[in-house]
Amino acid sequence: MITDFNPGRHDDVSVASELGPLNLADKPDGPGAAAMISAGIGIFVLGFFTTAAVISGGIKSFLLWWEWGQGVGPLAGKSTLAILAWLISWLILDLLWRKKDVELKTAFYIGLGLGILGAIGTFPTFFELFH
Amino acid sequence: MEFTSRETWTVIHGLVLGTLFLLAFAGGMAGLWSLRPGLMTTEGIQERMKRLYIGAWVMAVVAWAAVITGTWIVYPWYRVQLSLVGEDAFAGCAGAILPNETCSPRDFLKSNVSGNTETWHAFGMEWKEHVTWAAPILATAAAFLIAYYGPRLIARPWLRTAVIVMFVGAFAAAVVGGAFGAFLNKIAPIV
Repeated sequence: MITDFNPGRHDDVSVASELGPLNLADKPDGPGAAAMISAGIGIFVLGFFTTAAVISGGIKSFLLWWEWGQGVGPLAGKSTLAILAWLISWLILDLLWRKKDVELKTAFYIGLGLGILGAIGTFPTFFELFH
Repeated sequence: MEFTSRETWTVIHGLVLGTLFLLAFAGGMAGLWSLRPGLMTTEGIQERMKRLYIGAWVMAVVAWAAVITGTWIVYPWYRVQLSLVGEDAFAGCAGAILPNETCSPRDFLKSNVSGNTETWHAFGMEWKEHVTWAAPILATAAAFLIAYYGPRLIARPWLRTAVIVMFVGAFAAAVVGGAFGAFLNKIAPIV
């Protein structure tokens, strides 16, 4: 799935000759894969904490701490932690894969799977099962 | 003819930012869809890509602005508990036909004092407030991919489709938020 960057991996001009005059250099796919997977991680964490707050009073109290007295409730913690998970995972994956080729289809399906799980976690009919 | 401060923020959150998001999505989607081999000249690609970059990043920025204003400004007015008196959680809502100074929108919906309204909170608001945070994440990731690969997306239909899936995913999350936001503000407006 992860290999060293090969500048000749994509022959875009043979598919779309109109790109020829633009002289576009090939780019490693690592940063693209990092963006896809980290987006899935962020949404997964959002859904995880949404459901976890229903299951555990302790987690709900922890999420409430993130509202800084603004009256937002546990949503403050759920959203803030999701954003932190997304940004930190993006940063780490991007640093690791900046000069690598990563199989984009695999990365997309990992991100998609995590995103779907996260979306299920935010769906009331699902998380109310744990009430 | 005037708006209160709360009404103004509700309009900014839902109407202004929501409309901008829709416009940016429509433009971005049209641009992404047309990134296909043989459809544009080289000059056309350069011109089209500039608009696509702007549209995608505007959509991401607007999505952030919408969820931040919604969560940190408007939502606390919705969820504040005003109706609790002694043991009765909804005493302040007795006889109310709309939220008021002793009955917040959430109190009003959960109290069922004006019909069967609790599900609007338990399903509508609970779904909206959570899933909409997926919109800026997906919109930002899609904008990054568009900016990173640029015209190369024309020659890579699979990657272009993946970006479209993320772009549409952001839109779908925002639609849940926008639609339930409109319904909830009709049934239990922020006052």
